[in-house]
Amino acid sequence: MNARRIWTSIVAALVLGGPLAATGAHAQAKEMFVPLLVYRTGPYAPSGIPIANGFVDYFNLINERDGGINGVKVAWEECETQYDTKQGVECYERLKGRSGGAVIVNPYSTGITYQLIPKAPVDKVVVFSMGYGMTAAADGRWFPWVFSFPTTYWSQASAVIRYIGQQEGGADKLKGKKIAHIFHNSPYGKEANPTLEDLARRMGFELTLLAVDHPGQDQKATWLQVRRLNPDWVFMSGWGVMNQVAIKEAASIGFKMDRFIGNWWSANDSDVVPAGDGAKGYKGATFHAPGTSFKVHAEIVKAVYDKNKGAGKKEDMGAPLYNRGVVNAMLSAEAIRTAMGKFGNKPLTGEQVRWGFENLNLTDKRLDDLGMKGFTHAIKVTCEDHEGNGPILVQQWDGKKWSIVSDWIAPMRDVVRPKLEAAAVEEGKKLGYTQRDCSKEK
Amino acid sequence: MIYREAGQFKTTYAADQAIFPIAQDRWLVLAGLVLAFVVPPALASEYWLQAVLIPFLVYALAALGLNLLTGYAGQISLGTGGFMAVGGYAAFKITTSFPALNIVAVFLLSGLAAAAVGLAFGLPSLRIKGFYLAVATLAAQFFLVWLFNKVAWFTNYASSGTITAPPRQVLGIMVTGPEATAGTRYVVALAMVVLFALIAKNLVRGRIGRSWMAIRDRDIAAEIIGVRPLRTKLLAFGVSSFYCGVAGAELVFLYLGSAETLAFDINLSFLVLFMVIIGGLGSILGSFLGAAFIVLVPIFLANAPHLLGLGLPVALQKQIELMIFGGLIIFFLIVEPHGLARLWQIGKEKLRLWPFPH
Repeated sequence: MNARRIWTSIVAALVLGGPLAATGAHAQAKEMFVPLLVYRTGPYAPSGIPIANGFVDYFNLINERDGGINGVKVAWEECETQYDTKQGVECYERLKGRSGGAVIVNPYSTGITYQLIPKAPVDKVVVFSMGYGMTAAADGRWFPWVFSFPTTYWSQASAVIRYIGQQEGGADKLKGKKIAHIFHNSPYGKEANPTLEDLARRMGFELTLLAVDHPGQDQKATWLQVRRLNPDWVFMSGWGVMNQVAIKEAASIGFKMDRFIGNWWSANDSDVVPAGDGAKGYKGATFHAPGTSFKVHAEIVKAVYDKNKGAGKKEDMGAPLYNRGVVNAMLSAEAIRTAMGKFGNKPLTGEQVRWGFENLNLTDKRLDDLGMKGFTHAIKVTCEDHEGNGPILVQQWDGKKWSIVSDWIAPMRDVVRPKLEAAAVEEGKKLGYTQRDCSKEK
Repeated sequence: MIYREAGQFKTTYAADQAIFPIAQDRWLVLAGLVLAFVVPPALASEYWLQAVLIPFLVYALAALGLNLLTGYAGQISLGTGGFMAVGGYAAFKITTSFPALNIVAVFLLSGLAAAAVGLAFGLPSLRIKGFYLAVATLAAQFFLVWLFNKVAWFTNYASSGTITAPPRQVLGIMVTGPEATAGTRYVVALAMVVLFALIAKNLVRGRIGRSWMAIRDRDIAAEIIGVRPLRTKLLAFGVSSFYCGVAGAELVFLYLGSAETLAFDINLSFLVLFMVIIGGLGSILGSFLGAAFIVLVPIFLANAPHLLGLGLPVALQKQIELMIFGGLIIFFLIVEPHGLARLWQIGKEKLRLWPFPH
């Protein structure tokens, strides 16, 4: 045995242990910090990259064009989670104290959202799970720190069923129809199931739930079942690589693509392009328009990409998930702006930002000012309702691009909201919360 | 010079059979334990406790369990994640059904539940060996995770299939749930690990451990000298699964706070197996070293660019991290195929001669 070996190991131990002790927290004036949990590697990268790019580009736009939100710059740092819950929690813990402390976190994973919901009130960080996460948390009386506007999975599922009803020629025609829900076998994918089951009972359609296990690269068995079942419609809650595999499989069994609807996480360019012509006609739900025909995109090009500060490639702008990142960043920025209207144009605390989220009133006029007229819809958040119960659009892939093929479809609030409130009581009690009285909030 | 046992005479059998026969070792370990109980809860930041130390302790316990089975009894298992899932889900079911029950008791009961499942899946080990056994335990992994995903009863019919650790107190201090401080959860996890490491150490030095090692080294010879394979192998599976079950309950209740079946997927089984192999098969210390290596190195690599002030894109950073991590595993296995524990042992031998090596 030579001494070198031992020295190598001792040096290795020192190298591994030493520098961890020093963490540099350099607080800078006039900025607010937003940690970005992203996944640019792994099986979910096809979905994760465009969102992250949209997010960063919009924040860059605000900083470059306006010098920040009312003069307060947005600072951010990305952290790679690989859509893995444990890594996501590690990322959150690592970043939450940086640069004066995080004020908002966008987990971009339902699993990570579930982890962060109990931490939010303790750390005073707003969890903004835009259109994902725990549906029950949209009841602001139980979950003051969690926001899921513009809409939730349950609302989405009910709106999709309403759309299917419209296509069939009326809600009464749904009776006896066969609808299959193909879902990612995770908290995310399962979220829509209770609503679909409830609607199946009410409207008399026959629902089949088909789970696809993580990561979803092999779906032969699932699609064999679809083929045997021969459903009238297929609704999918997929994510990452699962989406493109499902669309390819659907095309290969000759399923009618215009009767295959993905939820808003299952309808991106990266999902349909690999299936080639087979994907033509595939539909997806969304709550904002696809494409780059909006003023905001031109401004992002001018302020960000022309200065070589773009997060991705210019050609990739306008994909549905890219635009979702933009919407997410815009809503966060507008919530901060709302809070600044009350607390002044300075870096705000998590509590102040939370007030901004809860009192956000995004009007059509404001959207026009932001260069997003027709891009997404107006939202008013209240203390009780952290969801806004927003309507959805259906977009369709024509082989080259997405186009909107429906009007705004309202969710069935009368069905969803009572269930949501009941679930909020249950989930809130699990965490030992009590219901707050919204009439006392100002 | 400092590490020399000259003059330490053992005058009793008890002294001769002590876990740490050398006084320096004893004092070092005791001082380390005291420090581990006192310093981190007082000084460490939440990030250190939550993202580094608690996962380290949880994984160390799981690695300890697998080391008893694979390192000492020689039965390869790829079902660790499944057995941990049994522990996690059992703890959830028990504590939601009997909220008044002390959470430590819940952990132990969930360990027993995992042990029962482990015994059942250990039965094939009587007939099949080596890689074939690995495949059989792999079936346990997939079956158990599938079961918890499929049967909603295990999650109390939660629509998302997620189990959440409810708030529970021990002696009036909040130990689980969102209100529990990271420091408290750390102390509980540490106390459990210390207790179970002590039990494991005593198990492997005694009759049971020796019969495990006899089975591992040559099962036919062991049978001839009177070691009963049925009992010994099943006991190894039971004890190992018990440890893994407790670790699984801790994973949900002390570390993550809520979990879905994905947290217990096949990657977890591999991770724990790597910990055991890198740390050292058949070594209690090795379980800890392996867990430390697998938990700390990726976190260090993830933090390194920030500490060095490099603004690397996250995707590139992750890929570099994976490459370096893989490289380090290969490096350590080449330098010392018997694991990090063996390196430590060699280091101790050197220390005894220092500063006058011959």
